[in-house]
Amino acid sequence: MELAEWCSSSRVIILAGKGGVGKTTTAAALSVAAARAGRQVLLIELEGKSGLASMFGVEAIADEQEVYPGLRVLPLAADEALVEYLETHGLGKMAKRLANTGALDIVSTAVPGMKEILVLGKVKALQRAGAADVIVVDGPAAGHAVTFLLSPKGLLDAVRVGPVLTQAVEVTEMLADPDRAQVMLVTIPEETPVNETVETAQALTERIGLTLGPLVVNGVYPDRPLDEMATPEEIRAEAAAAGVTIPDGEIEHLARAARFLTRRRRLQEEQLARLTERLDLPRVTLPFLFSADIGPGELEVLAEALTAGVDALPAVA
Amino acid sequence: MTLPGDTPETPGTEEVADGPLARLAREQPIIVCCGSGGVGKTTMAAVLALAGARQGRNAVVVTIDPAKRLANALGLDALSDTAHEIERELWDPDGVAPPGGRLSALMLDTKSTFDHLVLKYSVDQAQGERILENTFYRNVSGALAGTQEYMAMEKLHELHDEGGYDLIVIDTPPTRNALDFLDAPARLTRLLNNKLFRLLMAPTRASFRVANFALQAVFRSVAKVIGKEVVEDLVLFFQAFEGMEEGFRQRAQRVMDLLSDDRTAFVLVTAPARDAVSEARYFHDRLEQARLRVNGLVVNRIHPELGGAASPPPGSAGGDGPAVGQLEELYANLADFIELSRRERGHLEGLERSVGAVPIVRVPLLEVEVCDIASLTEVGRFLLGPASAAASGGPTGPK
Repeated sequence: MELAEWCSSSRVIILAGKGGVGKTTTAAALSVAAARAGRQVLLIELEGKSGLASMFGVEAIADEQEVYPGLRVLPLAADEALVEYLETHGLGKMAKRLANTGALDIVSTAVPGMKEILVLGKVKALQRAGAADVIVVDGPAAGHAVTFLLSPKGLLDAVRVGPVLTQAVEVTEMLADPDRAQVMLVTIPEETPVNETVETAQALTERIGLTLGPLVVNGVYPDRPLDEMATPEEIRAEAAAAGVTIPDGEIEHLARAARFLTRRRRLQEEQLARLTERLDLPRVTLPFLFSADIGPGELEVLAEALTAGVDALPAVA
Repeated sequence: MTLPGDTPETPGTEEVADGPLARLAREQPIIVCCGSGGVGKTTMAAVLALAGARQGRNAVVVTIDPAKRLANALGLDALSDTAHEIERELWDPDGVAPPGGRLSALMLDTKSTFDHLVLKYSVDQAQGERILENTFYRNVSGALAGTQEYMAMEKLHELHDEGGYDLIVIDTPPTRNALDFLDAPARLTRLLNNKLFRLLMAPTRASFRVANFALQAVFRSVAKVIGKEVVEDLVLFFQAFEGMEEGFRQRAQRVMDLLSDDRTAFVLVTAPARDAVSEARYFHDRLEQARLRVNGLVVNRIHPELGGAASPPPGSAGGDGPAVGQLEELYANLADFIELSRRERGHLEGLERSVGAVPIVRVPLLEVEVCDIASLTEVGRFLLGPASAAASGGPTGPK
């Protein structure tokens, strides 16, 4: 499968994963990878998170802004989406009145999915208009991906007429069409994130009919052949064989670093094996980055790894 | 001196931990663990409750979404509305805890807690049932943003009032805005007191005839967007709640009072990464604005701090090739961890400067997974120990 091919025809790719697994980082890396492949990319940021700005090395992103050649970030908020929606449907006056009386709050509180449908409705409009070759959506945090993506379906049951129903129908159609929308699950090789990924995958495919793209596993420690070099004695023997003398204190640190890596790596491998066993999805792993926090340089590294990983996957039937 | 990340080679005699968090576990009636997702809040909450029980207290930990293996270790296999006591042999295998010590755990069931609350405040059985059957209530109680937070606080209140526990440790939900629980109790009250709600209520009240014309227009506008049936369902929903606002409002106030009280301690959990640290800083400021005191800051999952050179010493001419390659790999690995610690230390120093006098406790990323009582005890060795000397740069010191 080819990343450049996948990121085309104005397809929407929604990133989903638990908090702390690097979902936003992966969204940014995927966007950079597509932009490097010559695609026009629109990266949609929900919830006004600040993370993206520092990754791209820019000040806060308040409006649509190009952050990388061929890559624009668009922050999207539900309230604005609603007002915009009402205005474009000739209901501008009403938008104001609804906001002023707090009716909006009531309706969106009492009708779960109202806010989500507005955001997804906007994404759908962008998709239809062919706003970019690929529209990457940095999905909501924590375990909300399922709620977020289920909302149109829920609304189909609750709302029987009116423009909101139309939106819900159209968004549901988009989500069920793999040419128009797919989800990229993001996780890390740890127990809870792995469990949650498996559950999310089931919910999204079975309840919404979404198509899942490759699964991204973040933060995988390097596979260094240090298993036999994790004790001071082993290192001393190795040093002797290499004809060098290493001070004892340093040997201690070398051994601890080697032992830490091999043990944590083993825990990760157990979780990767669980993931393989429980979730049949093509997988791309991204390396744990020791050097620095995610900035423009790190995004390039991750974008390259993501491209190589996706390109190496077998073509989708 | 013990370096973070060290595992004791031999299990020594049980040292009595007396750090700031050990004192909370020993003396505080309520501990709220907060922080962003994925930093180990649930683990810290479990360790604190365990420490309380081992000090002879009747302790309960309320968890939101524990890892499966940790949940199993705590004997939790399903969401529940009531606390479940953990067998003593499990948490006190050596039989050394004082006799009064008890440890219970509860995995919050948002929906049943909400149902319980509705039934409690409904005027009569029929009203309660009407609400529980309402389509919108069913949606709201399961999916409304903030409901989980609200119910976590509600459960805290209930356990405090009725549970008879000496120590309640509560884990907060992993939402992006993890302080939603502060606003959550007030949110439903606000919703019930809204002007539109009053309007929707109007048809059943004497004021119906004088109902403001402008508000009627809003009513029609809403119907235009979401459909008349939806509005009617809404009306039924709000009508069903009639008379319950005051009960909810008072309850919300009591929860807030309890949180602001000296009895409640807040422990902020974070990880030594840029985003986690900036969120911790934000939480700290928001808690202070709400006049809630942060009693401890836990920096969890710190990588081992290591020293040494970044590359192997030059070998003698007769060195064996593969061995030289192996050594280079070994040094590259060490260099990576040295670099990583340097970065983590940078984040911690920034955090230390911005949280002022709050004691900071460092917990290393262990070489084992924290999923049973033994590993919780191991985490406790660090969590309950002394606060790190702020600004000294940690045990190995160099900057």
